[in-house]
Amino acid sequence: MFVGLDMGGTHTDAVLIEKGRVSRHYKTVTDAADFVGTIRRALEALLAGINLDAVRSINLSTTICTNAVITGRTSPVGLLLEPGPGMNPAVLTCGQKNFILSGSIDHRGRPTSPLVEAEIKNADRELQRAGIRHLAIVGKFSTRNPEHEVAIKEALSVEYDFITLGHRLSGRLNFPRRVFTAYLNSAVAATYRSFAAAITDFVMQKGLTIAPHILKADGGTMTIEASQERPVETILSGPAASIMGALALMPVEQDAVILDIGGTTTDIAFLAGGVPLFEPQGITLTGFPTLVRALFSHSLGLGGDSCVNSKEGRLTIGPERRGPALALGGPTVTPTDALITLGRLDVGDKTLARRGLTKLGDELGLSPESAATVVLRQMAEEIARCCRTLLDKINDRPVYTVREVLEGRQIKPAQVIAIGAPAPLLAPELEKAFALPVIVPDLAGVANAVGAALSRPTTELTLLADTEEGVLTVPEEGIRERIPGSYNLEQAKKRALELLRSRYTRLTREVEEDKLEIIEEQVFNMVSGFYTTGKNIRIKAQVKPRVIPLKGDGDHV
Amino acid sequence: MYKASRRIGLVFFPAFDWAISPTHPEREERLLYTQDQVLEEGILDIEGIREYRPHLAAVADVERVHVCVPDVMSRVTESHLIAAGGAIVAAEAVLKGEVDRAFAIVRPPGHHAMRIVHGARGFCTINIEAIMIEYLRRHYGNKRIAIVDTDCHHGDGSQDIYWHDPDTLYISIHQDGRTLYPGTGFLNEFGGPNAFGYNLNLPLPPETGEEGFLYALEHCILPVLDDFKPDLIINSAGQDNHYTDPITNMRFSAQGYARLNDRLQPHIAVLEGGYSIEGALPYVNVGIILAMAGLDYTYVREPDYNPARVAQSPKVRDYIARLCEETYQAWRRRDELREEFIRDQKEISRRRQIYYDTEGLLENQEETTLVCHACGGLSWIDSRTDRGSHVLAIFIPRDACPRCREEGHNLFERSSRQTYRDGVFLQDRVADRLFTK
Repeated sequence: MFVGLDMGGTHTDAVLIEKGRVSRHYKTVTDAADFVGTIRRALEALLAGINLDAVRSINLSTTICTNAVITGRTSPVGLLLEPGPGMNPAVLTCGQKNFILSGSIDHRGRPTSPLVEAEIKNADRELQRAGIRHLAIVGKFSTRNPEHEVAIKEALSVEYDFITLGHRLSGRLNFPRRVFTAYLNSAVAATYRSFAAAITDFVMQKGLTIAPHILKADGGTMTIEASQERPVETILSGPAASIMGALALMPVEQDAVILDIGGTTTDIAFLAGGVPLFEPQGITLTGFPTLVRALFSHSLGLGGDSCVNSKEGRLTIGPERRGPALALGGPTVTPTDALITLGRLDVGDKTLARRGLTKLGDELGLSPESAATVVLRQMAEEIARCCRTLLDKINDRPVYTVREVLEGRQIKPAQVIAIGAPAPLLAPELEKAFALPVIVPDLAGVANAVGAALSRPTTELTLLADTEEGVLTVPEEGIRERIPGSYNLEQAKKRALELLRSRYTRLTREVEEDKLEIIEEQVFNMVSGFYTTGKNIRIKAQVKPRVIPLKGDGDHV
Repeated sequence: MYKASRRIGLVFFPAFDWAISPTHPEREERLLYTQDQVLEEGILDIEGIREYRPHLAAVADVERVHVCVPDVMSRVTESHLIAAGGAIVAAEAVLKGEVDRAFAIVRPPGHHAMRIVHGARGFCTINIEAIMIEYLRRHYGNKRIAIVDTDCHHGDGSQDIYWHDPDTLYISIHQDGRTLYPGTGFLNEFGGPNAFGYNLNLPLPPETGEEGFLYALEHCILPVLDDFKPDLIINSAGQDNHYTDPITNMRFSAQGYARLNDRLQPHIAVLEGGYSIEGALPYVNVGIILAMAGLDYTYVREPDYNPARVAQSPKVRDYIARLCEETYQAWRRRDELREEFIRDQKEISRRRQIYYDTEGLLENQEETTLVCHACGGLSWIDSRTDRGSHVLAIFIPRDACPRCREEGHNLFERSSRQTYRDGVFLQDRVADRLFTK
């Protein structure tokens, strides 16, 4: 049995999956003042009377960190930056206290100017005086050589509660994003720690022997203990849950569009040969671009509860939502009212919905039914247009080799997978607007929780070997070790997979050997004065996001 | 977060899978560390900075500029077409108004490629700026264009291509040809008879520092641009004036490049040379991008920068001051000087030897130009190589008058493959076609 819980801003869904089918489903309102209480309530209800020994995993997707950031309920953070030469670092000072330190590392990981101990000591004193307990230490090119970040930490007093070192978050280059990610990681650490403790307690009280996992924005999971070092990775995992849910409900091997149609928004994602696309950089949260790896997802302000207006004979839908549908006591006409008027949906007060569409129809010179039809058609067309624009952008992403320019791999969706409550009702309009088959899996309404339940652990790491300098660096693991001048690509790949395996075993108990893969490998000769002086080897290895496909057709719900 | 005050388009094409040869300076990792620096600075996240994907230039885009012997595809690799296509993508972003400025950081470079192409010269096979410029004129209307070539080597290819074009002002600032490849680019190379004065060379002495470059900009280049009033300014952005460059002898720095671009504000910059791939390129490219975007570049500095490394001697300073004065005066008197140059000649010929260093091939050219007061004038080149190749290439300019165009076609008709056994080529820019036989 698999347990999945997806906490959304409004609702929390929990599902129990048994023998490939969803055997239980519990939906409750998310209590923004008590996330832990919400999760406990949902799990208690879901697991009531269940033989807990049969539960193989519990996966949770939570908005706790996202919410802490959005509402500003975060801990003050002291930021110690080593920007070196380059851009003006002034806009990166997002901490409550910020220190720009001397010292620099270059693109090859060579220290080009030293740290100044007095500056660090001074920062330490000021942080202590201000009572700041959470720090983030980030240097430019620290992923190429973490020694300065580590040295800064060692020069500080020992009594801080939580310190994020930039190089441990991601091997990707992007100093501003590394700064913001490290800042956020330290800012939510305390909130997250109390959440994690409460969940662990709950699981223990229940007598469960399994370790709960937390869903990440990349569609994978990690154990609750691993997540405490990197709470920032749990932000914005909701869209990933729905994408993984769609994949569990409807595994495909083609290029496809995934639509999650909700009340306020429609979230759009894409599959390339059945594999979800990633955000090229990382997600952005409240204006902070981060290095948090995430599945690509675009939120369009168009959903079942979007307000419908007419202005000079032109119809507009969204992007704002003023409340529920007219039929459910809301203030304006919505697509939901159009569905009710056309008899496709049976909720609320039908006369209220019809009255709204009659008024709208009068402004447009249409009958209420025609007006309702036009609203749904326009909604589908706007979604399809947005998808096409996104695809154009994705297909036009820069590439850096001749081979890639010539191959020009383009994503051409062959089908649309639509989930979310209004999805089955809008399918005919979507099919017309996309000119593609639209599949609405059963259980589309609880896809997010299914996605959470069936997602598997993911992780990645970066390995850089510089044979001229004779060093190998794996930033995410904090490894920097000597290598001989003869070190080659094959050795580097082998080492990367070994390290990935041990990293993976820390995330989960059961390693699926065949899921470890090298996703990038590059070797550049380094030449000095017309002689090759060494090799610059760059490798990325990952365990890619994947789901256990759901077999049943969902009649059990 | 950062926000650019001018919208910038970047085409970044490092061609990580292409090199002239494994230890050649123009090789795979030439832009690797630039890419590292650009990514690490988060430049692509800046609001107003947009990265574009390069496309392949078409064979017709190359033929609009070059006569490749025997044809385009025997001379170029895909990487050349992508570098040219990348420059076109950058330029179109500006012309379409999607961005205010664009920078094509592509390789391989192109400014040593001349009108006739028998092979590669100075790491260049086709002239990516010229292909870009003629593409723009074909698709966006004829523009007055100034090319400011800041590569340390004289852009003899660009000079050759625009030698007869009064609508294209070519200004090159480079290390004196007596001390560096390709050994050209002197004051007396002033343009063809119908475009006399529209080719300006500022050969700077070795060890010219930041001060000298900026002096030449302020006291010669900018005043000439003020007179010429171009619709577009293109920077052939060679970065080999850097004090760490292994194949040149200048003392320019990333700060200097950034300040130069801040003042010049080219609409489009296209990367040319620059082979200090670790010590210079990452910093110079970031400096140029920031300067073009109107962002603060004062923190951009090489790890080993110090003022002594970029200082120049008073002798150099005095020399440059005289050079700038002389060049500017010549530019002012260009019409007068043209009359003296032409006197009453109907056509003007010159003989040249062109060396293709990559293949070790020597070409002998005899070029003839009709003196014309109505257009850039018909010209034709009789070209022989020391490998025995012999071709005739005829060039009808974009704005050709009826007489020059007719004479060009007549010459093509008259010339036979028996005389020119490796081909007769007619580049008719009016018809936008290359005829061959």
